[in-house]
Amino acid sequence: MTNANPPRALARGAAPATLPARGGVGLKPEHFRHILETRPDIGFFEVHAENYMVAGGAFHHHLERIRADTPLSIHGVGLSIGGEDPLDEAHLDRLAALLARYRPESFSEHLAWSSHGGAFFNDLLPAPWHAGTLARVCDHIDRVQERLGRRMLLENPATYVEFEASTMAEADFISEVVSRTGCGLLLDVNNAYVTCVNHGRDARAYLRALPLAATGEIHLAGHARDVDAAGAPLLIDSHGAPVAQAVWDLYAYAISLTGPQPTLIERDNDIPAFPVLAAEAHAAEIVMARHATLEAA
Amino acid sequence: MSAELSFANALLSPDAPCPPGLRAWNGSDPAKRFAIYRNNVVVSLVDALADSFPVVQALVGEAFFRAMAAEFARRSPPRSPVLAWYGAGFADFVAEFPPTAGLPYLADVARLEWLRVEAWHAADADPLPLAEMAAQLADEAALPTQRLTLHPALRLLRSAHPVVSLWAAHQSENVAAALGAIDFADAEAALLVREGLEVAILRIAPGAAEFIDRLLRGAALGEAAQAAAPFDLPATLGLLLRSGAVVAMTPSGRAA
Repeated sequence: MTNANPPRALARGAAPATLPARGGVGLKPEHFRHILETRPDIGFFEVHAENYMVAGGAFHHHLERIRADTPLSIHGVGLSIGGEDPLDEAHLDRLAALLARYRPESFSEHLAWSSHGGAFFNDLLPAPWHAGTLARVCDHIDRVQERLGRRMLLENPATYVEFEASTMAEADFISEVVSRTGCGLLLDVNNAYVTCVNHGRDARAYLRALPLAATGEIHLAGHARDVDAAGAPLLIDSHGAPVAQAVWDLYAYAISLTGPQPTLIERDNDIPAFPVLAAEAHAAEIVMARHATLEAA
Repeated sequence: MSAELSFANALLSPDAPCPPGLRAWNGSDPAKRFAIYRNNVVVSLVDALADSFPVVQALVGEAFFRAMAAEFARRSPPRSPVLAWYGAGFADFVAEFPPTAGLPYLADVARLEWLRVEAWHAADADPLPLAEMAAQLADEAALPTQRLTLHPALRLLRSAHPVVSLWAAHQSENVAAALGAIDFADAEAALLVREGLEVAILRIAPGAAEFIDRLLRGAALGEAAQAAAPFDLPATLGLLLRSGAVVAMTPSGRAA
């Protein structure tokens, strides 16, 4: 019953060092039982780190069993890497303990802030792209990678506003962070699409300007549609719908640039039955297989 | 004021103007765009509270609950990114929230639901093996000196209101009928134990609650039983043992 030790297969050091270039699904408590009973063939699972920063109980019970035979990505949503506050060292300690317990193939976080003055807002908030933010983000990532003893992936954000103080393009900012810190890129294709629509940019050009050679994982998710004060489309990164066709198209383009990548289907709201998400993960694998076929031809 | 500070302040103030320094590519008013962040923050925190306090929500209705939770979220945003622990102060807030003054039991229902969250995520521990338990119980002379180590998920609540009945009513098929059968003058004590992966909420006698409370504070069995008001000791011990709530038994004077 105790969960003090990692699953045996992992303790033997059998875990591969990276996620497989396959479709993965965000692991939700609603699906624990289904997954353990049916053992679906899924490339990997991803969990939000903060949900597992509790001592014991059902979450750890299920994650240990599911993780024992499936690659795992741990995805943080609370480090506030883009924030003005110093990094929360107690939170880093919790992360280090969680990573030691589950030995995930990947750890990733966001280019955003979520805490200020000690208050946590539970949202991924935007920062201006300029030298001050760049220095801060690089310092924070250096510290995270040093404390955790591993390379992290940084996710490109979905944003709704821009800052007058910005002096750099977002993709250039991310390229600079990757180059200075050595971190990898978690390419969120839905975020790229949402952000480019929201700011009147060309999503393909944005992708080409990113440091794609550093890609370690791709995220796909659904978004909601709204309009801004001028009636222009304003997309919201809701994680509450199937992946949109425009995002699938952009994903195929991304795969043509990066080659096959571990690709996660993210769904955090209006969560459907597990097979619906598994089918989307399978659809991503078909896109990757089609790319491989074209490459070979 | 830094850009981040003005942004942060405006997130939790529904009437604050859009923070300065924002722009949109098409020159549209950024206030509408900023409102998405403001909405996301409050909705996500209210959703987190709704997950932890479903019976409080059922008792006051969704619209009232969401308004009350939004008020709490704006006054007391989380201090940690671990949202499982967001809501520790919610019961005290409910107790002082003037619009709920007519529902004197509501804060204790919130306390019970919070203890359920704590029990749900508490550390795991193996119950005392049956053989070991039998051996310890066989030594009747040593029984009063036994100190029990209880499971880390075990929680107690003693309330002046029928909190267990109110909670249980909302787990039943016919909530209205179950609520109708409750005597709101009843005081109730709750024992929360983890049975497998689930948390069970059991109504226990006031004396049994006092007894378990003394065990939690380190009293030996005999001392805890004598000090408490009359209650069914064998039944209470049986309940603790059956539910896996006893992790160790150690006669006093020996190292635990």
